Amino acid sequence: MDLARPEVAGPARRGRTGNAARLALMVLPVAFFAVFFAWPVVSIVERGLRPDGHWEPGRLTETLGSPEILDVLWFTLWQALASTALTLLVALPGAYVFARFDFPGKGLLRAVVTVPFVLPTVMVGTAFLALVGRRGLLDELWGVRLDTTVWAILIAHVFFNYAVVVRTVGGLWSQLDPRQEEAARVLGASRWRAWRTVTLPALGPSVGAAALMVFLFTASSFGIVQILGGPAYSTLETEIYRQTADRLQLSTAAVLTLVQFAAVGAVLAVHARMVRRRETALRLVPPERTAARPRGAGQWLLLAAVLLSIGLLILAPLAVLVERSLATPTGYGLDYYRALQSVDENGTFLVPMTDTIVNSLQYALAATAIAVVIGGLAAAALTRRAGRLVRGFDALLMLPLGVSAVTVGFGFLITLDEPPLDLRASWILVPLAQALVGVPFVVRTMLPVLRAVDERLREAAAVLGASPWRAWREVDLPLVRRALLIAAGFAFAVSLGEFGATVFIARPDNPTLPVAVARLLGRPGELNYGQAMALSTILMVVCAVSLLLLERLRTDRTSGEF
Amino acid sequence: MNTKKAAAAALVAALGVTTLAACGGGDGGKDKATGTPAPKTVTLVSHDSFNASKEVLAEFTKQTGFTLKVLKSGDAGEAVNKEILTKGSPQGDVFFGVDNTLLSRALDNGIFTSYEAKGLDRIPAALQVDTEHRVTPVDSGDICVNYDKQYFADKKLAPPQTFDDLAEPAYKDLLVVENPERSSPGLGFLLGTAEKYGDAGWQDYWKKLKANGVKTVDSWELAYNQEFSGSAGGKKAKGDRPLVVSYASSPPVEVLYSEPQPKVAPTGVSTGTCFRQTEFAGLLNGAKNPEGGKALIDFLISKKFQDDMPLQMFVNPVTNDATLPELFTKHGVVVDKPETMAPDKIAANRDQWIQQWTSLVLK
Repeated sequence: MDLARPEVAGPARRGRTGNAARLALMVLPVAFFAVFFAWPVVSIVERGLRPDGHWEPGRLTETLGSPEILDVLWFTLWQALASTALTLLVALPGAYVFARFDFPGKGLLRAVVTVPFVLPTVMVGTAFLALVGRRGLLDELWGVRLDTTVWAILIAHVFFNYAVVVRTVGGLWSQLDPRQEEAARVLGASRWRAWRTVTLPALGPSVGAAALMVFLFTASSFGIVQILGGPAYSTLETEIYRQTADRLQLSTAAVLTLVQFAAVGAVLAVHARMVRRRETALRLVPPERTAARPRGAGQWLLLAAVLLSIGLLILAPLAVLVERSLATPTGYGLDYYRALQSVDENGTFLVPMTDTIVNSLQYALAATAIAVVIGGLAAAALTRRAGRLVRGFDALLMLPLGVSAVTVGFGFLITLDEPPLDLRASWILVPLAQALVGVPFVVRTMLPVLRAVDERLREAAAVLGASPWRAWREVDLPLVRRALLIAAGFAFAVSLGEFGATVFIARPDNPTLPVAVARLLGRPGELNYGQAMALSTILMVVCAVSLLLLERLRTDRTSGEF
Repeated sequence: MNTKKAAAAALVAALGVTTLAACGGGDGGKDKATGTPAPKTVTLVSHDSFNASKEVLAEFTKQTGFTLKVLKSGDAGEAVNKEILTKGSPQGDVFFGVDNTLLSRALDNGIFTSYEAKGLDRIPAALQVDTEHRVTPVDSGDICVNYDKQYFADKKLAPPQTFDDLAEPAYKDLLVVENPERSSPGLGFLLGTAEKYGDAGWQDYWKKLKANGVKTVDSWELAYNQEFSGSAGGKKAKGDRPLVVSYASSPPVEVLYSEPQPKVAPTGVSTGTCFRQTEFAGLLNGAKNPEGGKALIDFLISKKFQDDMPLQMFVNPVTNDATLPELFTKHGVVVDKPETMAPDKIAANRDQWIQQWTSLVLK
């Protein structure tokens, strides 16, 4: 029981209206998940386990008894745990630095660390191999090679998920009032003790949320494991893909999907327990007030260390791609970029590849809109103390992050095949599929902030005669706007770089950027390779610029009175 | 927030989403809007590598009155599996891109319906493997080891020409292949060795290859652009394997996409290491526009399409009246005796061979 809420929670009648309101908010998110997630997944699993109208429970024990599958499960689990731990270790100092320090280029750097999210994994693989592979940078300097080792996978996971921690934790951190920690220090607490007793508990839920997302992402990692690990490593996700798309062994895939469900469910349960205990109302202030220029040798050193780690882990691989896009046989130049502007006479794309930028942005905007609406409603419904049903709903929203994309995709095929929902050839399928991954970001980024809003502010507004809608608009919205934009940025980046669903649907005359990159890499020749690198570089720039613009939207109104 | 307000908010949001969906319908479903009684669109489902030039697509519409819509459905194996899953309620009218390695699976699952295309007499009988005409051969291509000419010139070493050569000590640690389970050139190469050495010998051959330092990666893109020293991508990535499993058409494509185009291709083909793939198209069972589908199959083996194909998909035409582009005749090779295998035999052994290969080479 926390101090901020129960005493003023009001009579039972209000509780009932609250529940009704919550149910109303949940209608749309629930419908969305039922139609675009639960139904497809259940159908495909059923197809696998009940091939001829009879359940075959024997498949379960048969599959789970196989030592190969057990190896896969074990590897999936430990690499995800290791990746999550490593990501937190590297990125939490980064979250602190972004939240608390002012330094030139901060906004740009925050956008840049999110770029890995949009890059097609084959490009990331290429960039990493150039650094840690044979005759890569490490090899030339110290004779260290990490390709086809698990280290390459772990480091690439940090590269990918750094932004998850910086954005979810940093978002809340920058709004925590530093004066609380200062007060503790005035009262004689050491710096460490003040941080541990004041700041850490406040950050708990968002650190938990970030860890959870990184875990789900790395547990269902596909491209990275396939490219950097080589054929010898496989995770649950690559195994489901292999069984479904390559071998059409739906029964095995179905069993593995159930295992995935169970595992994700367990993780969510643990997470929910950990976080709920620690959630408290917090004093939130505008981020502009909390950040300052670093002072003293310690702070400068920390800033330097964080910048160095970003430089090595994120900027260096990105720089490799840029370098390759500029390196022509006759020295550095913009030849490959110029080639992108011309319509390929041989008809590879039928449009200048610069058009793919517009296509990508349109898809990503639509997906972001859907994710923000669905995720926003869900987060609003989940804000207040909730019963078991609602908590279950909370967990349900996270499932798409941990469930195999190929399962969902194949499920779409066999369920959304009749009018009015024959979406298999409609462009809306792409943003819908992308939004499934975007919604959890929106919910998880907004929830810690929404829950941190002091209930007494809402009560005060109500006492002063504000309608609940007005109270929400005046109290919650200003505080949440920043989190909403951060979440939207994520959803946008995820959609911009999304490949699986898009390649399925993109027509020859409107490919997206990642699809065009993949097609170029799929054919021999220097011009194709160079253009793929140039297009990837453009993808990075488009992503960074979009995120910067989005952050600019976080405006002045947030700095008003709370 | 009270119920009414919350409901109103939910409604507004719902309207937002449905509006979006409606826009989607307007954009993506043009065909639906214009073609209610007799569909004017014919939908081709294919793998990601499908390509045709703009002119040829326009020509199809001019000849038949149908507009072609292409749905790319993943790589070849994935695309076929999706058709099997959606049997009876197919995503399109025609499927193109099932090859001899997967043909039996597609036919056994009954996803195609018979149609005898116009112009079949121009296709060699040997390629027309299905007597019921459920599928029509459209193109063929050879999966072969490619070599880096520069490397072998520098070492004053003759490039390998046959499967046997690849196991010779002179070529130790030089070859990179793809995982046959994940990649179709990888599978083709494995089938080539199985055909060449037979059930009794192919495993021994792979033991020798393994002892000779063969490297395996999961995809053609990685093998060719990353590991192979002869390709443009491989050079930048400092690839150090001068031998790679790719296609007989790869050298001409290297030339086509270079600026300026070199007089001689930087890579060559080991013609004694080839496996021939044939790709087929078929009318889908339950097609909404079977007439359009039939017209499309006829068109796929028309001279216009067959002539266009080599520079679009880097495969060879199957009809005897097609003309190969100069690029292919100048920089390509003619593979005289490729290994090939009947679809039934592949179907019967495929999974087992892959499994044996995996425990032999990867473990």
